[in-house]
Amino acid sequence: MTDQPIAPSRRSLLNMIGLAAGTTAMYHAMTQMALADTSTFKGPIKLSPPPAGASVLVLGAGIAGMVAAMELRDAEYKVTVLEYNGRPGGRNWSLYGGDTYTELGGATQHVQFDPGQYINPGPWRLPYHHQGILHYVNRLNVALEPFTQVNYNAYVHSTTAFDGKPQRYRTVQADFYGQVAELMSKSTKQGALDQDVTKQDREILINALKEWGALDADNKYATGLEAGERRGFASDPGGGLNSVAIAGKRIEMGDLLKSGLWSAIGAGLAYDMQSTIFQPKGGMGQVGKAFGKALEPLIQYNCKVIDIKQGDKGVTATYIDSRTGGTPKTASADWCVCTIPASVLSQIPMNVGGPMKAAINQIPYMAALKVGLQMKRRFWEQDEHIYGGVTYTNQPNTMIGYPQWDFFSKGKGVLLGSYCFGTPAYIAAAKPPEERIKDALEYGARIHPQYKDEFETGVAVAWHRVPWTLGCAGFWTEEARAKHYDNLCAVDGRIVLAGEHASRIPAWQEGAVTSALDAIERLHKKAMSA
Amino acid sequence: MKSKMTIRLAAAALALTATAALNTAAWADTAGPAPKPDAHGPNISGFFSPFPFQGGEAIYKGVCQGCHMADAKGAVGAGMYPALAKNEHLETAAYPVGIVLKGQKAMPFFALQLNDQQIADVVNYVRTHFGNKYKDKVKPEDVKALR
Repeated sequence: MTDQPIAPSRRSLLNMIGLAAGTTAMYHAMTQMALADTSTFKGPIKLSPPPAGASVLVLGAGIAGMVAAMELRDAEYKVTVLEYNGRPGGRNWSLYGGDTYTELGGATQHVQFDPGQYINPGPWRLPYHHQGILHYVNRLNVALEPFTQVNYNAYVHSTTAFDGKPQRYRTVQADFYGQVAELMSKSTKQGALDQDVTKQDREILINALKEWGALDADNKYATGLEAGERRGFASDPGGGLNSVAIAGKRIEMGDLLKSGLWSAIGAGLAYDMQSTIFQPKGGMGQVGKAFGKALEPLIQYNCKVIDIKQGDKGVTATYIDSRTGGTPKTASADWCVCTIPASVLSQIPMNVGGPMKAAINQIPYMAALKVGLQMKRRFWEQDEHIYGGVTYTNQPNTMIGYPQWDFFSKGKGVLLGSYCFGTPAYIAAAKPPEERIKDALEYGARIHPQYKDEFETGVAVAWHRVPWTLGCAGFWTEEARAKHYDNLCAVDGRIVLAGEHASRIPAWQEGAVTSALDAIERLHKKAMSA
Repeated sequence: MKSKMTIRLAAAALALTATAALNTAAWADTAGPAPKPDAHGPNISGFFSPFPFQGGEAIYKGVCQGCHMADAKGAVGAGMYPALAKNEHLETAAYPVGIVLKGQKAMPFFALQLNDQQIADVVNYVRTHFGNKYKDKVKPEDVKALR
């Protein structure tokens, strides 16, 4: 019988204590891992005073370029930054109502979101261990708020499982872990693991599995209230009369395995996805804006670099107005930090050596798509109690991200209706923006039928159509990295490259920051010995 | 053999980027018994899911025009996508086949998402449309030889 009241039994209290101990042990292990594996950021750098009058030309006012410019300026280099766009930030970018965005091919989207609503077409997360970018975010006084990656009450969804009905992340995870634990426990008892587990450890393992999988006294993942503490209940416990918890029915292992949904519950396990994650209040673009403000007199906007030449004495970049073309102008300095994405840089004449050139030509850029959908009301909160986090689906939109701000607001909200990479993103890039939005609506409505009534306006950014990157981020194969990475990063004469593509944290802003810091340290050393 | 190698290397590179999106994409790529057929069509959600288009025109419109544009005239921003229309580099068929397979500069490699037939079809389509009038045809075997 399932409808029994929940009282804290001695056993469940012991369980809770056990859980706490387990968490501490896990925390310890995780800390050690983090120390071994963290970003290379070593704290703010301090460059010694450069030779009198030394100057640096920085190409690109994205995160890498602006970190380099800020530190070099602080060291008292004379710094000039040339930027293609009319704004700072590069891929650090948010789209708000009133913004317009014109992609390659000429399609212009007029963003019609309400005030306070936005979408981050580029990066949207700041993991706690990305201490480099977090250092600058804090230095620039950009306010942060939490970003939830794993929302246990969001969905995992497959069009070919459970008749296409989305399942709660929570129940799939609990049922999968629970039944794996039950199987493991049974095998351990039957001696199937005797070759790998000592007799002494056997009992410990059985206890650990019981805790990990929320098994009952018989080491079964039963449809009982222990399981309910993980997977939730058919009816939650409450106060007063009629408040008994009613256990739900587990999803059977065979169905879980066939559904493929077990693969979607690993989202938060990756180091980059572990709590705590942050986002800037008001959009990731606030970081780029703050950087731009701090560097205001140094950045020249709307400059399309068409040639980069170095000689014995310095580096000269030739550029034209990115909007109107016109007569080429030049900017010169002793040294150059070039953060132009490799996809674009590979097309700009630049007299560097063969090894760097070969490296630049070896980095295609990944395809990615983001679609923002403004809904008239926050039905995911009001109807489904989903506050932030992400739903995962096997459809081409890959995920639905829920806004992580203004919870419980009675107003509107912007969903990330699609965030996909590779094949589905290429296909989306081949369609006009309005069709990308239409597709995202169709996929989303299979999970949230409310889409049909609540959708108002959207914007779709397919990264291969973005005029200043031609893709979302450097896509290194291990083969190419082994052969070319060091050559990409090495100082060539008076030029050094920086950006996420010159890092081992590709596609993350932390890669851009640590790449820029490493590049200017080496360039500075060369300037000091020149 | 070589393409298997590439898949493994590319998959390793993906693992490094370790975003949830890619994890999810890997989900769609997961090996195992074929899932139930999807009423909505073939699954194209994985990072390297095969493109579900057949025939040169469909492949061009479904994939290539994302960058080279519907009129094959390319586009110009901070960098550019070259025009395929009236493009003399297409004269030797092996050249576009090699670029589609292995990529070059901003052009990504498509060896994992397009099969020999698809690459032959789309190269033949481009070489006979958009002002290109090359008579010789690429066969799937020619593509295979260049993998």
